Amino acid sequence: MSTPKDFIAGIDSDQRRSPTRVVFVTRRTSAQVKVNREDQVQTYPEVLFRAVLAIELLAILLVVFALFFNAPLEGIADPTHTPNPAKAPWYFLGLQELLHYFPPVVAGVLVPTMLIVSLVVIPYFDINIEASGLFLTNRARRLRIFYIVTAGLLIFLLFFKVYVAVPPTLIVALAMIVAANSTPDSPTKLRRYLAAKPFAYWIMTWFLFELIVLTAVGTWFRGPGWSWVLPWRS
Amino acid sequence: MAAKTEPFIDGVIGQVRGSRVWRSVFRAGSGNSTLHRALAIQQNIFLHLLSTKVRKRMVSFRSTWYLGTLTLGTFLILVATGVLLMLYYHPSVPQAYADMKDLQFVVSSGLFLRNLHRWSAQLMVFLVFAHMFKVFYRGAYRTPREFNWVIGIVLLLITLLLSYTGYLLPWDQLAYWAITVGSNISSAVPLVGSKIHFLLLGGNQVNANALLRFYVLHCVVLPLTAFLFIAIHFWRIRKDGGLYVQQSEPKALPAIEPTMPAQEGK
Repeated sequence: MSTPKDFIAGIDSDQRRSPTRVVFVTRRTSAQVKVNREDQVQTYPEVLFRAVLAIELLAILLVVFALFFNAPLEGIADPTHTPNPAKAPWYFLGLQELLHYFPPVVAGVLVPTMLIVSLVVIPYFDINIEASGLFLTNRARRLRIFYIVTAGLLIFLLFFKVYVAVPPTLIVALAMIVAANSTPDSPTKLRRYLAAKPFAYWIMTWFLFELIVLTAVGTWFRGPGWSWVLPWRS
Repeated sequence: MAAKTEPFIDGVIGQVRGSRVWRSVFRAGSGNSTLHRALAIQQNIFLHLLSTKVRKRMVSFRSTWYLGTLTLGTFLILVATGVLLMLYYHPSVPQAYADMKDLQFVVSSGLFLRNLHRWSAQLMVFLVFAHMFKVFYRGAYRTPREFNWVIGIVLLLITLLLSYTGYLLPWDQLAYWAITVGSNISSAVPLVGSKIHFLLLGGNQVNANALLRFYVLHCVVLPLTAFLFIAIHFWRIRKDGGLYVQQSEPKALPAIEPTMPAQEGK
């Protein structure tokens, strides 16, 4: 444990800005550090005041809403009478929509487990959100993989007749193609923005789009027998 | 008028805060100095979860949309209204449904109480998702905040479970069949599906046992778990360096490689 350290430790202390800041400067680099002296405010009272104010405004809005809109209450639970359709709470309707296409072990077990696992591993990916856009390195190879995966996914969705999941997939795929043909030096701001986005960003955006579309379809566009209905024609 | 009363009120407040009793309760003591304000956070068991200072930029609405704060707000409203609702609720069949009708027509403000609880619950689920996506798109999950992100996922699951277990309690058709649909999914788990289903409901279908189990989970187990993880979540914000700002982030820590014995002497 006597390995010589590659840095020297120093302490910068400016009580008005930040209580204590320990700085590590490696010997090989210049001593110039990107110092980020930011103005800070005290949690008590300034931040707490704002937090309490935000919560109070929220409470007022909710109270007003609760005064005007009643929570739903149907007839007493009757195991012998199944409503058609029987719907889960709205935040599970995306999954229930999937249950319509896939066997329960896929839509009810495999998909949620995969979702949770992928959410948990997101921060442990070593692809940095700012530093490396998905297509900035290894472009040709990654583009090839992207085309194969997207085509495979679309065929899979069409095979199982999951047509509602196709538009979000196409939109994200299109944005990814734009990203692949952009660099940080592209003329428009949007293209520079897209070019810098890493793998996790695209996965999460695709997930967000699918979540919104599937939940909306399950909530408003599904009627008796999980058939397609239009909400304004009921 | 105001000019006359203000010094008076300030004087009274000052006297109360300077009193022996007050000082025995609040360890930080009174005073307006930076030190006292820092101590007000540091020396309080609940507030010490937070940092004493916050970067000014992060206080603006634009940085966070206050989604985490607002989620906490809905949670607090839910605890307050939930405890009051418990006073009027029996987790038994068919009394549970009768209690809903009582809340609606007999209990003073009972309907309002239930409305507030219901809408806050819906909003909390929405806010938790919104908070998650906001944190993701800000990149605030990155090193050294990975684990707090994971705790956030745990809190998301707890929120969904809280909402789901609460859904059954009114014991109306909506509740019964939503829980039937949801719990049937657990049967699809390979090998142990039917066991899990039975464990969850205390029977092979949604019945009085299921109602009692969901009640205990909803009112005791899950809220306590939520409190614990919310505390860790807040505390980790401070320990991981405060609310995330985009500059001056350390690189991801490399995995620690086992030291070779031969290299140790170098």
